[in-house]
Amino acid sequence: MKSTFNLRFRLMPGLMATALLLLLSPAWSAPAKTLPANSVYQLSVPFTDQEGRASTLADWRGKPVMITMFYSSCQFVCPRIVEALKKTEASLSPQTAKPTILMVSFDPIRDDTAALKAMADERHIDSKRWTLARTDARNVRKLAAMLGIQYRELPSGEFNHSSVIILLDAEGRVAGKTSMLGEADPAFVKLARQLKP
Amino acid sequence: MFVSSGSVRHAAWMMLLIGTMQALSTHAAVEYVAIPPGKLASVLASDADTGPAVIPAFAMRAMPVTNGEYLAFVKSHREWQRGKAPSSFADGTYLHSWRSSLALNVGMSADQPVTNVSWFAAEAFCENEGARLPTWLEWEHVAAADEKVFDARSNPAWRARILSWYSQTSSAPLAPVGGEANAYGVRNMHGLVWEWVDDFNALLVSVDSRNQGDPDKLQFCGAGAISLKDRDNYAVLMRIALLSSLSATSTTNNLGFRCVRPMTAEKK
Repeated sequence: MKSTFNLRFRLMPGLMATALLLLLSPAWSAPAKTLPANSVYQLSVPFTDQEGRASTLADWRGKPVMITMFYSSCQFVCPRIVEALKKTEASLSPQTAKPTILMVSFDPIRDDTAALKAMADERHIDSKRWTLARTDARNVRKLAAMLGIQYRELPSGEFNHSSVIILLDAEGRVAGKTSMLGEADPAFVKLARQLKP
Repeated sequence: MFVSSGSVRHAAWMMLLIGTMQALSTHAAVEYVAIPPGKLASVLASDADTGPAVIPAFAMRAMPVTNGEYLAFVKSHREWQRGKAPSSFADGTYLHSWRSSLALNVGMSADQPVTNVSWFAAEAFCENEGARLPTWLEWEHVAAADEKVFDARSNPAWRARILSWYSQTSSAPLAPVGGEANAYGVRNMHGLVWEWVDDFNALLVSVDSRNQGDPDKLQFCGAGAISLKDRDNYAVLMRIALLSSLSATSTTNNLGFRCVRPMTAEKK
């Protein structure tokens, strides 16, 4: 009896805090605005990131995002995509106006959480602002289709792919694209500046 | 002959089983054909490829998906009705030839192949019947057959017949699905509609000049730029040219699809 009481007693504050959080969360206080018909977030894609955190594509709604696709064993082009993202980010200020960055792997077999984490460390990626994500092969195909990214797996395990960084506004509408590698594309930076944080 | 209680019970079980199967399968009329495993020297090969592509066994819809089948799908899946499907999944001409979101137009028939469907819509239809779109290699593998042999691609008559379809004007109404089966038992691979493939966005080629100057130019990662191994095979190259020009929301009057699924109960 005593232990049951204690258990209940211990659980109470937690339950109350959960209830309070539910009441205060935006989903409860105000219905979300309808997603635009041309939003990339119409597509549902489950992710796991370099820290093992689970999320879905639509979780990026609410802030501008730079999204691209890559694979971690890529030696030539993909590091230059990371370079371009870093330089684009560096040319934007203040911190609050910077889009978050979402990189999704083409390679669900090799790019597990550990591989993504290793790449994040190797490239000195800030895990607060950057997400390196993986999903399953079906969803890789769908996301690439949604973003207009072409890719093909080769027998060697490498991927041919189009290298493009896509700028999404807070509602997931495509606001700009660039294929410039290794550098910040001035036209793309200009578009990113125009977006509301 | 006599009837034991055991066989009566057996018969009752069979009746129940058949009833359950009919209730479970709303696609009882959908015919999938077993495609045995094989090898294909694809016209679309990478420099990194070391030999013919290995194609594992699968089952393919014997015919393209029809207007009637697609109508039944959108009736039970409101989100795919014209006017409801978001523009990020299907462009402005999605099902535009229908009279309304839930009715075919006058002069259209339920057994014509459905067209004006996007890649996302075709994927959703196939997923709903436990299937998916075929890959390009799967499609090319089955499409290589004529009525007699599995690989008729070197036959000038096979090529000429396909090319003659391409040269026809596309304003005439589409014929119903059906017609003569190829060596696998699959129909309408040529001569009726273009078809979506699952990896339409893997055909990293520019076989014409339309993509010149495109800012989204391809940057290849690693070796293995695609080359066209069989440049004389216009019959197949035309398909690649069309598919590589599409985006996943594209819909056209002559573009339909069929589904494939893992090999299960199909028997050759």
